[in-house]
Amino acid sequence: MTDDLALFGLSGLIAHDELVPARAPWLHHVTVGQVLRIVDCEGNQAVDFLTYAAADDAERYSAQDTVAAQGNLFLRTGSVLLSNEGRAMMTIIDSAVAYHDTIGGACSCESNTLRYGYHTKSQHACVDNFLEANLTQGRGKRDMVSNINFFMNVPVEEDGTLGIVDGISAPGLTVDLRAEMDVIVVVSNCPQINNPCNGFNPSPVRMIITA
Amino acid sequence: MNAILGDPKAARDHARAQGGTRVEAMPILPPVADDRPQAVAASDLLWEETLAPGGYATRRLARGAQLRLIDMGGDACASLNIFNAELPTERLNVADTVKVQWNAYLGAGQLLLSDMGRVLFSILEDGAGTHDTFCGVSNSASNLRKYGDGCNSGTYPNGRDRLILGAAKHGLTRRDVHPCVNLFKGTRIEADGAITPVVGPFSPGRAVVLRAEMDVIMVVANCPHVLDPRAAWHSTPLRATAWRGPATQADDPIRNSTPEATRAFLNTEDYYRR
Repeated sequence: MTDDLALFGLSGLIAHDELVPARAPWLHHVTVGQVLRIVDCEGNQAVDFLTYAAADDAERYSAQDTVAAQGNLFLRTGSVLLSNEGRAMMTIIDSAVAYHDTIGGACSCESNTLRYGYHTKSQHACVDNFLEANLTQGRGKRDMVSNINFFMNVPVEEDGTLGIVDGISAPGLTVDLRAEMDVIVVVSNCPQINNPCNGFNPSPVRMIITA
Repeated sequence: MNAILGDPKAARDHARAQGGTRVEAMPILPPVADDRPQAVAASDLLWEETLAPGGYATRRLARGAQLRLIDMGGDACASLNIFNAELPTERLNVADTVKVQWNAYLGAGQLLLSDMGRVLFSILEDGAGTHDTFCGVSNSASNLRKYGDGCNSGTYPNGRDRLILGAAKHGLTRRDVHPCVNLFKGTRIEADGAITPVVGPFSPGRAVVLRAEMDVIMVVANCPHVLDPRAAWHSTPLRATAWRGPATQADDPIRNSTPEATRAFLNTEDYYRR
């Protein structure tokens, strides 16, 4: 038994448990059948997320295949994360948050100049985190694709207007993902401070893997 | 063995006799397009090709070139991958395209943005109004499920494998095929996030005109939209015509339409400041 609320509902042995600092990258292998829990420790912290097939990292998460197959833009409990080859990579088996985003992409130094102005060029950004983590395994810029933003809220209005708005997450809320194949998970704990995705205050997240 | 073609000279004559055959889906060299805009000289035509149903094509276009795509039969779907021709690690970023422009639906006046905060294409004219930034392309697994086959060598080729072949013609690989935009086949997003396909079939002849804002490699696949609800595989020819044009000027209305667009053009102009 434990009094650690972040472990509530998890079964199996804890294979990994790590606090990812605010603004930092994270990379870890998750083997088929393992469950990755992401804990939004302080609330409304966007967790930018990519995953690659461990056996062939040219096969990777495809936001477009995923939303097309489920006929809905939002990722919810039951959503299956599909690869660019149409195969199941991970399944969201539980989410304390109603839905997550996969259309908003990752912030970058370059797109920040478009969205906010040139004064933001020097700020840290998710693409730099993704690159730093991926480069440790030989992947580079051409391996960047549309990602998931756990705990981030991007509604689309009737006229097509969309944007990153105030989050619907809260301190301690979690999302659980079961690996359907051996995968490499690459995360950027989003450092963005120019929009509401992190409540203008990037914070740590906790990554727990159970076997 | 066919005795008439039993020697190389006979085979050569047989092959040469096929030259000049006209079919619907083929390139025209040198390009001829009598329906080009009046302001475009015949000598400025760059490309004239009709893609087959399920076909693909690829082209390098210079900054300023304009590309007109026409849905000839009402069931074309132009799935685009776009690269910076001189450094193809820079490519279309669909997420940035919708996020930076605060809009999910492509139309005239909007931009296709790269992952480096620059403009790859501007949409000059849109006679369709039904496009899709969300659903990507079919793949061999989805076509196998839906049509019983999805391979390049079969009757129902899938969009992803077409884009891979097109990218490969430029030395690119599976890693380089990225999230795409679909022109002519659209989606609408409902309040709960549900995706409604808007795939026609439409009236023939709808056209979209794009302007290259960088030297680009574009790959276009013409396969049925992945959410086409019809049980049968429906695809009609897609015509591509391109002509030379000047690089976008500082007073261009699209360049100056929004602060985000202006900065995207500033970034593009900065790239070519050399």
